[in-house]
Amino acid sequence: MASAKKMSELQKRREQIQLGGGEKAIQKQVAMGKLTARERIIEILDDGSFNEYDLFVEHDARDFGMEQKVLHGDGVVTGTGTVGGRPVCIFAQDFTVAGGSLGSMHARKITKIMDHSLKMRMPLIGINDSGGARIQEGVSSLAGYGEIFFRNTLASGVIPQISVILGPCAGGAVYSPALTDFVFVVDKISKMFITGPEVIKTVLGEDISMEELGGARVHSEMTGNAHFFAESESECFDQIKTLLSYIPWSNIAERVKKEVSEPRQEYNINDIVPSDKSLPYDVRDVIRAVSDDSGFLEVQENWAANIVIGFGRIDGKTVGFVANQPKVLAGVLDVDSSDKSARFIRYCDAFNIPIVTLVDLPGYLPGVDQEHAGVIRHGAKVLYAYSEATVPKISVILRKAYGGGYIAMNSRHLRADFVFAWPDAEVAVMGPEGAANIIFRKEISTAEDPDKMRKEKVAEYIEKFANPYVAAAKGFIDSVIEPSETRRVLKHALEVSENKEIGMPKKKHGIPPF
Amino acid sequence: MEYPHFNAKAMTPNSNTGQKKEKEPAVVTKEFVVEFRKYTTELNRKFLDRKPWVPKDESKISSFIPGTISKIYVREGQHVEAGEPLMILEAMKMKNTVFADRAGIVLKINVTEGERVPKSTVIFELELD
Repeated sequence: MASAKKMSELQKRREQIQLGGGEKAIQKQVAMGKLTARERIIEILDDGSFNEYDLFVEHDARDFGMEQKVLHGDGVVTGTGTVGGRPVCIFAQDFTVAGGSLGSMHARKITKIMDHSLKMRMPLIGINDSGGARIQEGVSSLAGYGEIFFRNTLASGVIPQISVILGPCAGGAVYSPALTDFVFVVDKISKMFITGPEVIKTVLGEDISMEELGGARVHSEMTGNAHFFAESESECFDQIKTLLSYIPWSNIAERVKKEVSEPRQEYNINDIVPSDKSLPYDVRDVIRAVSDDSGFLEVQENWAANIVIGFGRIDGKTVGFVANQPKVLAGVLDVDSSDKSARFIRYCDAFNIPIVTLVDLPGYLPGVDQEHAGVIRHGAKVLYAYSEATVPKISVILRKAYGGGYIAMNSRHLRADFVFAWPDAEVAVMGPEGAANIIFRKEISTAEDPDKMRKEKVAEYIEKFANPYVAAAKGFIDSVIEPSETRRVLKHALEVSENKEIGMPKKKHGIPPF
Repeated sequence: MEYPHFNAKAMTPNSNTGQKKEKEPAVVTKEFVVEFRKYTTELNRKFLDRKPWVPKDESKISSFIPGTISKIYVREGQHVEAGEPLMILEAMKMKNTVFADRAGIVLKINVTEGERVPKSTVIFELELD
């Protein structure tokens, strides 16, 4: 056994280093409404499960007086622990130590824990709270970022990577979160930008606050950089734990089967969708009417709300939901909603999560701004993601699926495994009004009363084509079902496609329209 | 979990009410048209903030990047040929020469040397030949 002297030395060293930047710096951190790095880790992990490594790491900078400076743990806390009893790797930048600035040893601690998470196939949680590169360490600090980005990319699609922004995350540093799967932000605490307000003001003369430029709301509502928004750090930690309960631990891990409970009574699937195609409803109610215990964890709730994505469970196992949202912008596909859904589809595919698509869309958002923003190439991402995905893919057409939108939303033609439609569904080359105007142009324009004729022809078209049976007759729809049958049918479809295996042509990788 | 110097629950915003801040009421329309049909739906901020498209006015030359006008080569009333350099717009440590797209007479110069301009500001107005 070690001598008492050695034991007390270890104790002393530990205590000193765990104080990070010291009491004063901690007071400052607290005054900003923030927890310290270690406290954050402890809050996220199961009680008593945190094991810290590289506590005794010291920086090796020799310029600008750095040789005199002691930076405890070099400004980052790393280790392993468990969440819900399952192992994770975690790191948290410590703002109290030199502003959490990233030097070469700081980066090396992060890349070491990243390497662990990749080789041991467990999720990586990174808490960002840093002023940026440690300028005194020059290009070594840039090298550190590069090494992190490289590993983020390597681990992408192998293990879940979660970024939590709990302080500033500026300049090059933002690209690590951007490369990860899920970014969590907290109101008034998270700040992300490439170029800060000061530089923007000097160079461009634009006066903007940090909050307006890259605060939590900006990234969860405007840019789509963030996936989860919380009002407080503790709410954010709860969100992380909930997400981890849904997602598989790696690309080779099985989905965990939870206890099954039926959807709650309040979500009556027969009462949600109005028959009048021009009236809105909240498609999340349909999701909750089919998911276990009406549970649904929405991803990117406040950005591109015209499409809804997120996780739920059916028969105890996680599925990814993608659903057009008629409540917002009539549920159209546009630049942002395409980006949002395509990335989510690829996430589900990478981690073997079956995808359930609920279809109800009028088409693509018309407008010069959309065309000029590249809705062609952005919209193509949805087609690419669905076509490429080899996980079980199931669609339910709730009300309408027209034209390009019909094809894009996991149609049979993109190799959906099962396509169901409700009796009210209209599957057609375009909406009846548009189709009648084109097909019967001559009859309408030469009629004595063109308006009356138009109405008649629209009605004729609706009668003949605005239903699910034309597509069902061609086998594009497998089954027309009553809304109340949806959960049962989905359960069964998921059950029979559990062992789905399909071949894809051998290639290095495709070239998606990024 | 207790911390010596921080009470997470007490410090969180809106901890008194425990309620989320109310979101601003959404704009709802009954006139959202996609392919000849009108839909009742909410409009989001991005949609409401979008700029209507206007055709390009070739007689006006705008800053393509925010920066500083470091040199002006022409005077008002002077005739310029297509491709003639008009000025230098310095931005991001780069001296960018701005050329005339079309020939014409310089009607107005809205900036002076050393002036900083935001993006898409009209700096020259020409009377095209």
